[in-house]
Amino acid sequence: MEIAYFPGCTLKTTAKSFETSALAIAESLGLKIKELPEWTCCGTVYSLAEDDLMKQLGPIRTLARAEGLGYSTLTTLCSMCYNTLVQAKQFVAKDSDRLQKINTFMEEESDYTGTVEIKHFLTLLMELGLDRIKEAVQNDLAGRKIACYYGCLLLRPQSASIDDCEQPQILEQLMQALGAEPVFFPYQVECCGSYLTAVKPDIVARRAYRILENARENGAEAVITSCPLCSFNLKERQKNIKAIYSGFKDIPVYYFTEIMSEALGITKTVENS
Amino acid sequence: MRIGVFICHCGKNIAGVIDIKRLTNSVAELEEVYYATDYVYLCSEPGQKAIQDQIKELGLTHIVVAACSPKMHATTFAQALEDAGVNAYLLEIANIREQCSWVHPHEPEEATDKAFELIKAGVAKVGQAVPLQPLSVPLNRKVLVVGGGIAGIQAALDIANGGFDVYLVERTPSLGGHMAQLSETFPTLDCSSCILTPRMVEAAKHPKIHLYTYSEVKEVQGVVGQYKVKIEQKPRYVDPVKCTGCGDCTEVCPVIVPNEFEQNLGGRKAIYVPFSQAVPLKYTIDLENCLNTRKLVVCDQCYRACGPKAINYLMEPKEEEIEVGAIVVATGYDLMPVEDLKEYGGGLYPDVVSGLEFERLVTASGPTSGVVRRPSDGKIPKRIVFIQCAGSRDPEHGCAYCSKICCMYTAKHAFMFKHAVPDGEVFVFYIDVRAAGKGYEEFVQRVMEEERIAYLRGKVSKVFQRDDKLIVWGSDTLTGMAVEIEADMVVLAPAVVPSKGAKELAKLFKTPVNEYGFLDEVHPKLRPVESSAMGVYLAGAAQAPKDIPDSVSQASAAASKVLGLFSQEELALEPIKAEVNLDNCDGCALCVGVCPYGAISLVQDEPDGPRHIQVHKALCQGCGVCMATCPKEGVNVAGFTLAQLREQLRAMLK
Repeated sequence: MEIAYFPGCTLKTTAKSFETSALAIAESLGLKIKELPEWTCCGTVYSLAEDDLMKQLGPIRTLARAEGLGYSTLTTLCSMCYNTLVQAKQFVAKDSDRLQKINTFMEEESDYTGTVEIKHFLTLLMELGLDRIKEAVQNDLAGRKIACYYGCLLLRPQSASIDDCEQPQILEQLMQALGAEPVFFPYQVECCGSYLTAVKPDIVARRAYRILENARENGAEAVITSCPLCSFNLKERQKNIKAIYSGFKDIPVYYFTEIMSEALGITKTVENS
Repeated sequence: MRIGVFICHCGKNIAGVIDIKRLTNSVAELEEVYYATDYVYLCSEPGQKAIQDQIKELGLTHIVVAACSPKMHATTFAQALEDAGVNAYLLEIANIREQCSWVHPHEPEEATDKAFELIKAGVAKVGQAVPLQPLSVPLNRKVLVVGGGIAGIQAALDIANGGFDVYLVERTPSLGGHMAQLSETFPTLDCSSCILTPRMVEAAKHPKIHLYTYSEVKEVQGVVGQYKVKIEQKPRYVDPVKCTGCGDCTEVCPVIVPNEFEQNLGGRKAIYVPFSQAVPLKYTIDLENCLNTRKLVVCDQCYRACGPKAINYLMEPKEEEIEVGAIVVATGYDLMPVEDLKEYGGGLYPDVVSGLEFERLVTASGPTSGVVRRPSDGKIPKRIVFIQCAGSRDPEHGCAYCSKICCMYTAKHAFMFKHAVPDGEVFVFYIDVRAAGKGYEEFVQRVMEEERIAYLRGKVSKVFQRDDKLIVWGSDTLTGMAVEIEADMVVLAPAVVPSKGAKELAKLFKTPVNEYGFLDEVHPKLRPVESSAMGVYLAGAAQAPKDIPDSVSQASAAASKVLGLFSQEELALEPIKAEVNLDNCDGCALCVGVCPYGAISLVQDEPDGPRHIQVHKALCQGCGVCMATCPKEGVNVAGFTLAQLREQLRAMLK
């Protein structure tokens, strides 16, 4: 069954490698995912205001369109898109009056009825089965010590979480299936600093430093993530870290799909395309 | 028939919204109404007298009181009617407060119209009412107490001392409950065992208390006054009559398993008593861990060591049926498993323990003989972090409530640790310190100040291991700083939750539970120990988290309710029961299956005669499901007959 794919803004810009690697993985594993036509902004940071219906228009419109095209499942790569869509779905599910108001407001769209299920790409992989993935491994990642960093958006709030929100294992299980050696590091769910990166890059640099150093202390040689914002903060802010902590040495940060496509032997294809 | 209507102002509660004068006038104009009047507080002594005076003066035969909810004062007015010589069931309450003035405070006009409709409906219904007499049923004056913790023991003792037989059923091999596991008790610091064990012995020796340990309630039938209860005694594989409690069997047993009583911090043998002061002091073979199975005996060391030959590998579960008139449920609590508290490393690091585990570690009779040693390497910890509200007051963990006992026992633990390890350091993370109780606040203050315990107001976000230390991240909201503490041990105060299986047991007793599984009382303020199932009473932490004094108080209160019930020779029951209409009932038996109380059976008066239903009045709760199911109007609930309800509706829709 075909699954709708909602990219979101970063996947087409700063996180392009995330998209290309993920799509290549999906293709090689036989996952049928297709980009949603005419997609718009996911809504970015989910609004916590109970009466702020305007902020729900973006995500609900996306869901309504996917529903209108006959999709029953929609997938995302970006953690933030995932989180915003799931929370918006839950928001209108508990209050039909609000859903009606939103539907009425967007009269040019078909009504959203709440049927589309939102699954993060990681969940799709898990449903495909770790055994399937193990079979597809071409270049065993044996000996690669990898710290799996989750950040917040895949796990919070608990109702939107794709795994146990305190001790998630989903990335570790995936890495294990690829033959890599995930290291346990306590900072795996600590905040990366999020959008403070725009106004207070120093704060983010200090946070990123603690996260990356903790990963290194626990033996990691690389850090993986599924969030473009986390990735930016952990990767791009390493320059700022060096300005504060002169002894800091670079540590590579990847999207989990980049590591995975390497293991599945499709990285080269990705680079050539 | 002379119907009188009395309209209450309830001060401004009703009169502040509803136009009483207009209402009274329109009611008085109703054809069916003989007399209508209003009064400022009908429930007051003069208010009731006004009703009685009019009954006598005008010869009123049926009364409608338009006032508050019948839950509030139906019995008050019913009594007033009876005293004036009118049958209590010729009274109808029109609820014009909760269902009218309170919910329509801004629409006085419409509220007045609605009140009129409600009264009209009441008048129509009471017009169809017939006098009813309370039923009298036999009362079995024995009681079942479920749970052998301090609450169950106290309730059993109080009732037994009142002269009635008590069946005390406990699931584990010994009485005592959680209180037996505690070291010392706050705020007086008297030793828990020292005050508990005499009570356990007293209960076991009491001639009126019939003790069923290692037993479970399997089935409950009947209603107040006449319950039939099936109790299953699990096989101990040791004859309790022959066993002298000498312990020779334990010495030779080759199997060592974690001891639940020690919160798995210590070991026990497969043949064991949970603790040395256990009551009864009879050994039990835990067949799950014994080398033998039901079919195969491979080790008979205990059998050979036993002098009085009490071991019997072939023992079977024994089922016994008892009859009682009332039930006290005192099934107690459990702590939320530390494994569910992953943010604090629960289940991940052995040195993250629960309050109950710490309790065993500071107890002289515990696995470490009272020397505080951490589970991982047996070292004496120097720095301990206590985390209160671990799971409690946390909707994300499904427990939005306060567990009530943790503030006090954490203070006690801090105190005891400082006395055991004087150079130790203690940090306590708390949200608020809730020390409401006699001597409680003073105790906490003493711990904070004299013992120099650092209380940090804030929550812990994470606990993880670094080398052999536990790193605790938290916030101190008073200084606004994030704190990191390197600790040797972390003690959680996990949420208090209902004991395992309590929910299923509540179903057997037909007692409702709240969203968390705690047993619900009828009224949170005025009837705190009664369940809505008449004859079932609540005691201890099964109802809500409670400390020892509260559990004991509630147990005694439940006992006094039972004694009050048992002071009657026979039991008077409401006559609101299903009644068969033999003209219409054709024995189709549709109602037999739907009755939730099993109160309806199918009978035949003569061998070949027509069949019809029969209602067991004591079992019937008057719910009316049968009446709603019957397609032939063959069954009616007295006081709420189809004719009454039809007239009531008709009047309202007119």
